[in-house]
Amino acid sequence: MILLSMGIFVLGGILALCAGRSARAAAWLGAGGAVLGALVGLVPVLHALTGASIEPLRLAWGLPIGSFSIGLDPLSAFFAVPMLVLCALCALYGAEYMRPYAGSRNLGVSWFWFDLLCASMFLVLIARDGMLFLIAWELMSLSSYFLVSFEDEKESVRQAGWTYLVAAHLGTAALFLFFMLLAREGGSADFSAVPALPAKLGAAAFLLALAGFGTKAGFIPMHVWLPEAHPAAPSHVSALMSGAMIKTGVYGLVRALTLLGAPPAWWGWTLLCVGAVSGVLGVLFALAQRDIKRLLAYSSIENMGIIALGLGLGLLGKAHGEPLICMLGFGGALLHALNHSLFKGLLFLGAGSVLHAAGTRDMEHLGGLFKRMPWTGTCFLAGSAAICGLPPLNGFISEFMIFLAAFHAVVRGYAAWGAPAIAALALIGGLALACFTKAFGIVFLGEPRTQGSRQDKVTFLDAAASRPAALLVAHMPSGMLASRSLPAGRLGSQNSSPYPVVTPQRAAQAHEAGPLMRLSMAVLVCACFFLGLGGALAMFRMREVLSQATGLRMWDFMTAFEDALIPLHSVSACAAVLLLMILSTALLRALLLKGREVRSGLTWDCGYAAPNARMQYTASSFVQPVTELFSAFLRTRERAVEPKGNFPAAAAFATETPDAFREDFYRPVFESALKAAWKLRRFQHGRIQLYILYIALTLMVLLIWKLGVH
Amino acid sequence: MTPAAIAHPHQLSALSIASSLQLPLALVCAPLLPGVINRVKAFFAGRTGQPVLQPYRDLLKLLQKGAVYSTTTTWVFRAGPVVSLSCAALALMLTPLNGLPALLAFPGDIVLFAYVLALGRFFTVAAALDTGSAFEGMGASREVWFSTLSEPALLLGLAALAKHAGKLSLTSIYNELDPAVLFVSGGPALILVAAAFAVVFLAENSRIPFDDPNTHLELTMIHEVMVLDHGGPDFGLIQYAAALKLWVLGALVTGILVPARSGRPLLDLFTGLLGMLLLAAATGVVESVMARLRLARVSQLLAAAAALSILALMLVSSA
Repeated sequence: MILLSMGIFVLGGILALCAGRSARAAAWLGAGGAVLGALVGLVPVLHALTGASIEPLRLAWGLPIGSFSIGLDPLSAFFAVPMLVLCALCALYGAEYMRPYAGSRNLGVSWFWFDLLCASMFLVLIARDGMLFLIAWELMSLSSYFLVSFEDEKESVRQAGWTYLVAAHLGTAALFLFFMLLAREGGSADFSAVPALPAKLGAAAFLLALAGFGTKAGFIPMHVWLPEAHPAAPSHVSALMSGAMIKTGVYGLVRALTLLGAPPAWWGWTLLCVGAVSGVLGVLFALAQRDIKRLLAYSSIENMGIIALGLGLGLLGKAHGEPLICMLGFGGALLHALNHSLFKGLLFLGAGSVLHAAGTRDMEHLGGLFKRMPWTGTCFLAGSAAICGLPPLNGFISEFMIFLAAFHAVVRGYAAWGAPAIAALALIGGLALACFTKAFGIVFLGEPRTQGSRQDKVTFLDAAASRPAALLVAHMPSGMLASRSLPAGRLGSQNSSPYPVVTPQRAAQAHEAGPLMRLSMAVLVCACFFLGLGGALAMFRMREVLSQATGLRMWDFMTAFEDALIPLHSVSACAAVLLLMILSTALLRALLLKGREVRSGLTWDCGYAAPNARMQYTASSFVQPVTELFSAFLRTRERAVEPKGNFPAAAAFATETPDAFREDFYRPVFESALKAAWKLRRFQHGRIQLYILYIALTLMVLLIWKLGVH
Repeated sequence: MTPAAIAHPHQLSALSIASSLQLPLALVCAPLLPGVINRVKAFFAGRTGQPVLQPYRDLLKLLQKGAVYSTTTTWVFRAGPVVSLSCAALALMLTPLNGLPALLAFPGDIVLFAYVLALGRFFTVAAALDTGSAFEGMGASREVWFSTLSEPALLLGLAALAKHAGKLSLTSIYNELDPAVLFVSGGPALILVAAAFAVVFLAENSRIPFDDPNTHLELTMIHEVMVLDHGGPDFGLIQYAAALKLWVLGALVTGILVPARSGRPLLDLFTGLLGMLLLAAATGVVESVMARLRLARVSQLLAAAAALSILALMLVSSA
């Protein structure tokens, strides 16, 4: 069944590639392949989740090391479920989302890489051999690279793709060393052959795994590719990457932990620190963004931080012999990985609908979309509440468990690590609330900030989108602005130029997303509510996974599992009470207003009778107090053109928050690396005969070495 | 879920009566608190002031009115008051009064308590942004800013109390607290927590020195400006929710400070109410003798509250 599912993925991709320029056929074949492959794949995966073990399949292959060895255990299955679901939903969504691009480029290629990404992610999860794992990992990185650079005529997209490619390969290099280390000690690259490592090697292996998998998961400071690549990709790809692909990093980390045996306490400390830093800084940078997809990308870093916090608490609990803390930490972390797949997928799809409808990702140009896109707005609202960890949605359940692990630690006398975890989680919670009230409120509520008429200039061209400048008061000379106004609803389909569909920013004329796009989002909203109300049920299903991930002894595990379940039942009950109260209060309000006079009028603006959309609070000003408070970390830059003279003409004020790590750490490092590499240019002179000489010489040296060794 | 060690069947029934009376008492008496605060402020200003029961009259009047909605708004605006009232009510169900058990209690409900209040805040802020008014946007911005800092103070303070009691639910934590302990072991830590909670109480309820509900300039308000556009029954729900929130966070403070726990539940109920009224009076005094802080200072005060909580946690953990 697994192989069948993989086969369908690949076949769908190849057929889509063949369908080539017929966009309709490519979409049907590509998306159809992904949906069908995911559905077929879900059958064995759901079966394996309950603990029914599926025999590993091992095939010999032609390579000197490794073997084609796959297997499906509860841990793989647990990560595969949201991945496959998201593959199917993003494919459905993408079939409609990509339609405007139909005339201008070959969609078959895009669908080919999409299906290949689905297949390679699945392969990463089920690989049981280091070599196969690395090959699948590389395939995953490459296919997502090609998806990211879909709109490759844009400078910003090319740069984002390049950053991603470099980061992915640095991560893979660490993983290569990691698996080589395991293979050297165990004699074979197979996962089952991993021996107990001596302390020093174990430490090295742990750090390598953290660096390699952490790069994919986006832990700070290995996160720099994430806020570049996610906004650049088409939205259904961003959803899949953020919802499913970066989870393979978490999966890898958990898998590595199960392979490496009993953890010393400092592993837990390391993960705790990485998690707290990623969580707090991730959400702070998210807060400071004005590009909605960039905001969501930074918030992914925050959520990966929460997961790392949970894993750190779990490891520390295990190291100190506290099964309940271990259970709650691992349970919360794994459940948060699942939850994040659901709500971040949902939010990226919602952001995609906004981009699709209004032609911009810049929050300062949006607003008032709720009236025009009630479905998308409601879905985005649910996703925002879920990602803030608010009851009765799913995000609360997992954050609750991690909180509970930290509180138990404090009560049991481990305040040294329990208290920082509580402080970090509480700060993250408060900042996430600020971040997502901004994202939802500025984009969907209030009045549209752009009308799509000729007066609205495109002040924020897409090339600048990677440098999030926040123009609070923008009076730009109209000469430098392209003003391209297309009537709404006509975008793209007639546009056959090789250039991207540049549409004016027209929040006022936005339209609702199509039926397939709405369906994908609605399914995810239902999943968020379901897991939020049935937290105990989800935890119960995770029993086998947790037993595998925590590695606790049977008796300890059983007691801790029962203890962890009890509060979840109560949370479900309270969530139900809350929903009931909301319903009855709403009913009461409706009864009170029945038959009374309900009028509508202008928003009360303290006596000012002609408010307009530009007088609204902007996204940047909404978060200004918080960004000001944390300016030491954010390093927001300000540029101001102050009004001069008695009759000042134009004034401007702009802020931008570039990634501090990228600017102050990676840029100098890479620039000096580039300088060093420049000296090697002497060997690259374009004379083919000399290149062939290099090859011959290398082969000769290798031959001598080989013969000399024997 | 079990309340304190119970010796006598007679006491058991008294306890269950008292704790079942606790919730209705809070629901009925919560609007009394703003009434008392206003009265105390009037006294300090040398005015007669409005009657203590004025908030009830206001609520009745508001609930009988029609409504005016801005054409900018959507259902999010109408959902705001409904959700925030429901959240305040659920928080109330989790809150013990003066050691009397709450209606709902389970290990870990401290987290639910904090996040239910956050849900109410989310919808209040969303409703404010829904009006598209710059004033309400400003209020919303400040609200999320303050809560970012008050949340760590609240949760770390709760962690210190949890460590002190060795329990993880509000009811059992407050049940373990005996004001007599204030003067023996761990007492200083508890007083620190009470101080931190008092700051959180003032900040979350938008009282002076964080916010001034009485200024005539919308620009200087925070909570009141967020609800400028609400009227009629919606505004009634908001006022009532604010009163409940005042009660809920107040009960966290008085639960530590009020020397009660007589062992007679009905008497405890009465002293609990008395403690709440005293807290309201004290709030009135604070509001009369202090000015509002400059906005830049607010974050310092809230960070100081978090520092108090951390200090308390360190004291409790080393004891």
